[in-house]
Amino acid sequence: MPPSSPPPPGPPSGTPGSAFLTPPDPSRPGVRKLYRSSEGRMVGGVARGLAGHLGLPVLWVRALFLVLTAFNGIGLLLYAAFWFFVPLGVGGVAEAKEPRDARSWLAGKRPDKGQIMALIALAVGTGILVDNLNLGAANRAVWPVLVIALGVALVWRQADNARKARWVEMSHGKRFWPLVRAAGGVVLVVAGVTGFIVVRGSGNHLGGALQAALAVLVGVALLAGPYLVRMAQDLSAERLMRIRAQERAEVAAHVHDSVLHTLTLIQRNAEDAREVARLARAQERELRAWLYRPEGTGREEEPATFADAVRAAAAEVEDAHGVPVEVVCVGDCPLDEHLTPQTQAAREAMVNAAKYGGGGGPVQVYAEVEEDRVFVSVRDHGPGFDLDQVPEDRMGVRQSIIGRMERNGGTARLRAAPGGGTEVELEMERVAAS
Amino acid sequence: MTTPTDDQRRVRVVLVDDHRMFRTGVQAEIGATEETGVEVVGEAADVDQAVAVVTATRPEVVLLDVHLPGGGGVEVLRRCAALSADPDRPVRFLALSVSDAAEDVIGVIRGGARGYVTKTITGPDLVNSIFRVREGDAVFSPRLAGFVLDAFASTDAPPVDEDLDRLTQREREVLRLIARGYAYKEIAKQLFISVKTVESHVSAVLRKLQLSNRHELTRWATARRLV
Repeated sequence: MPPSSPPPPGPPSGTPGSAFLTPPDPSRPGVRKLYRSSEGRMVGGVARGLAGHLGLPVLWVRALFLVLTAFNGIGLLLYAAFWFFVPLGVGGVAEAKEPRDARSWLAGKRPDKGQIMALIALAVGTGILVDNLNLGAANRAVWPVLVIALGVALVWRQADNARKARWVEMSHGKRFWPLVRAAGGVVLVVAGVTGFIVVRGSGNHLGGALQAALAVLVGVALLAGPYLVRMAQDLSAERLMRIRAQERAEVAAHVHDSVLHTLTLIQRNAEDAREVARLARAQERELRAWLYRPEGTGREEEPATFADAVRAAAAEVEDAHGVPVEVVCVGDCPLDEHLTPQTQAAREAMVNAAKYGGGGGPVQVYAEVEEDRVFVSVRDHGPGFDLDQVPEDRMGVRQSIIGRMERNGGTARLRAAPGGGTEVELEMERVAAS
Repeated sequence: MTTPTDDQRRVRVVLVDDHRMFRTGVQAEIGATEETGVEVVGEAADVDQAVAVVTATRPEVVLLDVHLPGGGGVEVLRRCAALSADPDRPVRFLALSVSDAAEDVIGVIRGGARGYVTKTITGPDLVNSIFRVREGDAVFSPRLAGFVLDAFASTDAPPVDEDLDRLTQREREVLRLIARGYAYKEIAKQLFISVKTVESHVSAVLRKLQLSNRHELTRWATARRLV
């Protein structure tokens, strides 16, 4: 069963041997549990999961299953048993994230070549198994059993997909095919069971048997129904509680990590008003970000958008200079090579404002993204200054702000704000939306 | 009004906040009536108390926290709607909150508050805002102006639009300057208009935000996953 692109047979990242040498990775649980792999699998993910667990190349495991199948179908039975008992997980061999897999997986469309090959191999294996069996009158029951097995496999594969879909959250419509597959599985199983009954020679009593079976099923449903409903309700209630508890724990952990530590620091620095203010402000900003961001993790990496970049720059200046910086952002857009210099110039303006105008109150930053231009204003309430009086050799304003903007096709204006202070206005044309 | 000056200088205020510490702090900051002219006539810690105290004392301005036990500031505004609509002695509401999340701000403004300031405001500024709200003017913090601009940004239509829901070019300009941290006086100087005109622009913005443009606001809020 050669996959279309054979995986490089190297030891995966987490071989048992290396686990002792490397410090424990927090993302990896200490006890390695066997999971079926949900990524890059061909049928049930058993081989991939096993390979990941044992630290073997997938190819070997798959070949082993194939070889074993030739011996009275042991391989198939083993595979089925694994499929049945081992839960689906994200484990598996390390190279499961090769782009081919990811693409076909995310696209969620036609099965890739590997899967088709796997199914063909499965059919061949089944053929060998059937060929090995003596298909005489005594073994006529084999066919119905196979049909039943096929139906069960179909439904089980379906269940796997449903679970995977919940992880990936690709629940966009597409209810049709899952339903068809489930129905097909059920039909196959029913047909197999019926065939079994017919083959066993009790076909004459089929109608009566079905009626009796139906009666028993209805009876069982009536008896067990309430319990099942109760159980399902309890289960969902319990799940809800658990989710709540988890959320609570997360909030508690965050408050502990950030707020309590900051309060401790504030107590220790109680006599240093400046430091206390700085700590409190930084903490407030972080907590706000964590509370009010839609998917608030509080920790963001590189800012990807203009507004985020401006906010990040303001936060840095605020921390570095101990002057509050109030940011108002209107609109947003992704950063490009024109806006990055603008945020740098804005940052420089904020630094200046914090240094020379910080005494008169907070520095106010206003950033607006419009359809055709991006505007930033940085305003302080300090004594203000006149650019003409700044000596020629001072490069801060001329180079870092005005020069930088002009080099990149924008403009920068410095002016005395009404009511005292200085205002720097930075303006940049937006690149025509492609 | 026989003693207009005295009447002008005094304002009766009720404090609504569920944190006693905070009420005490605000009281200490603005409650020195001789200096500030603000007379705190009542305090309340939840929605029921607030409605009772406001009804009993009939203050001119209520400093209202957004997050309150019993339904929040919006609930207080709803139950005091009759009082604030009284043409003779209207009770004005000024939201004073630690939160500057967009949904809180827009929520109480649409509920009928005449302004929104955050708890980082300084004492003198707060006193100033109280007086301004008493006069029926709107008080916007820069951040609030930013939210409003953001909310109307998608309708960046020509100002000659007949649709009254849109902000006019002038109102937008005023809001921009507020968002840039300008005081009303500075805006007036910048745009060569009177302070009164600035205030009427801001009130117009508030009116539009409160009563109209539901469609745009919903769209805006949905885009931000606020609702």
